[in-house]
Amino acid sequence: MSAKQLQIAAIENGTVIDHIPSSKLFQVVRLLHLDETTETVSMGYNMSSRKMRSKAVVKVANRFFTDEELNRLALVTPDVTLVIIRNYEVVEKKQVRLPEEIIGLVKCSNPKCITNNEPMLTRFSVINPATGTLKCHYCNHEEELERIKLL
Amino acid sequence: MPTNSLITLAGYSKEKLMYLIAMAQEFERHPNRKILEGRIVATLFFEPSTRTRLSFETAANRLGAKVIGFSDPKVTSGTKGEILKDTIMMVSNYADLIVMRHFLEGAALYASEVSPVPIINAGDGANQHPSQTMLDLYTIYQSQGTLENLEIHLVGDLKYGRTVHSLLSAMRHFNPCFHFIAPDELAMPEPYKKYCTANGIRFTEHKDFNSDTISGADILYMTRVQKERFSDLMEYEQVKDAYLLKGDMLSKARPNMKILHPLPRVNEIEYCIDDTPYAYYFQQARNGLYARQALICDALGITLEDIRNDKTILK
Repeated sequence: MSAKQLQIAAIENGTVIDHIPSSKLFQVVRLLHLDETTETVSMGYNMSSRKMRSKAVVKVANRFFTDEELNRLALVTPDVTLVIIRNYEVVEKKQVRLPEEIIGLVKCSNPKCITNNEPMLTRFSVINPATGTLKCHYCNHEEELERIKLL
Repeated sequence: MPTNSLITLAGYSKEKLMYLIAMAQEFERHPNRKILEGRIVATLFFEPSTRTRLSFETAANRLGAKVIGFSDPKVTSGTKGEILKDTIMMVSNYADLIVMRHFLEGAALYASEVSPVPIINAGDGANQHPSQTMLDLYTIYQSQGTLENLEIHLVGDLKYGRTVHSLLSAMRHFNPCFHFIAPDELAMPEPYKKYCTANGIRFTEHKDFNSDTISGADILYMTRVQKERFSDLMEYEQVKDAYLLKGDMLSKARPNMKILHPLPRVNEIEYCIDDTPYAYYFQQARNGLYARQALICDALGITLEDIRNDKTILK
């Protein structure tokens, strides 16, 4: 058995999401709706990593996400590594980038905000990407990325 | 979304604010007209506010519009579980304009996104109350002859008072100098002070409230120190009278100084001040009518030129 043997089997085609903090794995699953896909999804949890103390990896066969979908991950794990695989080869590596506007993903923590009382999509703008500060389009309440709750 | 909805004045330019003031001046000259004859204005008050509702309804009625709506949220279908969007869609079938007050923040903005007719925000929770800000601006302009370079003293509850927060933002175009006079518990919150700094608005802070601290004021804007804001009632008892404006405190006031208050007044201004030339809060309330006439017309696409050429004035 080689020392470099993969802990999760390689995929022929698809997307690898690496360097997810283990505690964020299930949020990644939710943000990409992986619980609804019919493709093969392999996941590793609490894996050892040289870069991180404990990481998670997700490999999704035959799925190539849009940038809009992948950028959602910046909400919970901005330093994730994205790798696009075709024919077992790495064809592209991507970084996620926090979008300017976030629609329907984040809950407003202001209980008196209309979005918490009406069946509607929430809408936040990123007012400071450096500090990760979001502002609710409706009630102007500000949220810090570290403390957000996903819908 | 109709572009004429008024949700907040925050994004309004100096020119737009002066345009609305010019419109309000026309209505002050001739408040009774039939310029809105044949139009229907709905006033939907999901939260009671008698003063604001009466002012909007008077504004619409004096311009010849008919008014429909509700003033008691208990009688609305919201209590049966109807969502806001459905109420708005239903009423927009009947009315040309919806004036709405809601206890939830962002309600008016959301309504404006789903409504085919313009929305005027008559207050959404602790968030915005633009018609109050507009009437404050109009009153300051009317009493001083200008909005430029004024010394504006804000007194009382500067922490929760949305009127004073909105005033800061609306006055940013006019090079004001603000003086924040409040107890520590109700001091102007940091984000608003940062906003002032970022927008070049000068300000000072005081805890003392006496004839010296207000001697340089052009405008003395009083607000109510509300008992329910205090976690420690002892603290409330200590500060409540410290922010009472007494007659003898006006000895050093500038001759042009005017006292404003969004009303209702409880224990902020001694009644003897009502008879002095400094008292301006009742004129301020009356100006609510002219400011709201201007906002209603602007929302309905009626221009200042239309109003100046209006042939429907009632003598």
